[in-house]
Amino acid sequence: MIQVSVPSQRLQILPNDPRQADPAPQATPRSPTELFIAFTLLALQGFGGVLAVAQRELVDRRGWLTREEFLDTYSLAQLLPGPNVVNMALMLGDRYFGWRGALASLAGMLLAPLLIVIALAAGYRHLADNAAVTGALRGMGAVAVGLMLAMGLKMLAPLRRNPMGPWVCMLIAAATVLLVGVWRVPLVWALPGIGITSWWIARTLLARQERDA
Amino acid sequence: MNSTLASGELVQLFGHFMMLSLLSIGGAMATAPEMHRYLVVDRGWLSDAEFTSAVALAQASPGPNVLFVPVLGFQAAGSTGAVAALVGILLPSTLLSLTVSRWGTRRRDTLQVRAFTTGLAPVTVALIFVAAWVLAQPYLGGVSHLPGFFGLVGLTVVAMLTTAMSPIWLICAGALVGAIGWI
Repeated sequence: MIQVSVPSQRLQILPNDPRQADPAPQATPRSPTELFIAFTLLALQGFGGVLAVAQRELVDRRGWLTREEFLDTYSLAQLLPGPNVVNMALMLGDRYFGWRGALASLAGMLLAPLLIVIALAAGYRHLADNAAVTGALRGMGAVAVGLMLAMGLKMLAPLRRNPMGPWVCMLIAAATVLLVGVWRVPLVWALPGIGITSWWIARTLLARQERDA
Repeated sequence: MNSTLASGELVQLFGHFMMLSLLSIGGAMATAPEMHRYLVVDRGWLSDAEFTSAVALAQASPGPNVLFVPVLGFQAAGSTGAVAALVGILLPSTLLSLTVSRWGTRRRDTLQVRAFTTGLAPVTVALIFVAAWVLAQPYLGGVSHLPGFFGLVGLTVVAMLTTAMSPIWLICAGALVGAIGWI
C-alpha cells in the first residue's frame, strides 16, 4: 500500500488550461475507515445525484484521482449493471484496499443515506404538502443541474487529450446525445450498441497510431 | 401496510430483485418499469401511489438514486423488506463489477482495454450532459420562475469551475432560495 499524502496541495487543482495534462493524483486514502468517511460525506451531499459531488470530492478536493482516472473508472462503472456511482465506489475501494476497501466504500455510500430515506418514508405524509419543503427541494434540484453541468464542462478537458482526436470524439458524443437524449432509446440497448461501436473505432485508431509510430 | 409479506414471498422478492440487478445497465432506475409491473400490477404488494412516492422520496433525499429500491421493499414488508430489496438489487451487480474491474486493471495496458476507455470517454461525457438536460426538464416547462432557476444553475457552475468550495453550501443556498419561493 503506497501511503502518499500532500495535504497542502490538495485544494490547488482548479481548471486552468484544459490542454495541460492533469498532474498525477496527489493523495491516497490511508485506511478503509477514511474511505468510509469520505464516501459517507459525499453521499450525504448528493441531492439529485451523487456523481457530480463524487467528482468534486474525489478529484478536486481530496486529489485521490485525476480527471482522466475518474472518467475511465466511471465509463466502466456505468457500462456494467448496477447503480453507476455505487459501482464506482466499489471499484475505487477495491483498488486501494481490496475487499475491505470495497465494503468500506459501499457501506459509506449507502448506510447513512439508507437510514435517512427510510426515516423519511416513515414520516413522509406530513412533509409532502408543505410549500416551503417542496420549494426547498426544487431549489436543491436546480443546484443539482448546475453541478452536473459543471462536471460535464470539466470532463471536456480529458476529452481534448483523447487519442481518437476531437472530431471522432464529437461524432461519438453527438451519436450518444441523439440516441439517449433525443430518441430516448433505453440505456440497456443504447449503451452496449454505442459502447461496442466506439470501442471498435478506438481499437482501430489506436492500432493504426501504434503501427505508424 | 408494513410487514404484510410471508417469508416465502420475501424470498421471491429477493430473487426477483437479484435478477433485475443484472439487467440494471445505466442504474437501478432503468429497471423501474419492470419493478412496477412486478410489485404493483403482478403481485399487488404496493399501490401506484406508494410506488411513485418511493421514487420521489429517494430523489429528494441525499444519496444514490438506487435507494428508491429499499423504500419499495420497506413499503411492501417493513425493514426486512427494505434489506431484502437492497441486497437483492446490489449483490449480483456488485460481484460482477468487482470481477470485471479487477480483470480490466490487470490488463489495462493491452490494446483492448485501452480502446475501451478511449472509446467510452466521449460516450460518458455526452451522457453527463444528457443527464443535466433531463434533470433540468421539470424547471423549463410549467410554472417555475426561470430567472431563479438560471441564477442558481449559473451560480453553481461558476462556483464549481472557479473555487474549491464544497457543494453542500450551494445545496443549502438552493434550499433557501426555493423555500422562500424564488424558483
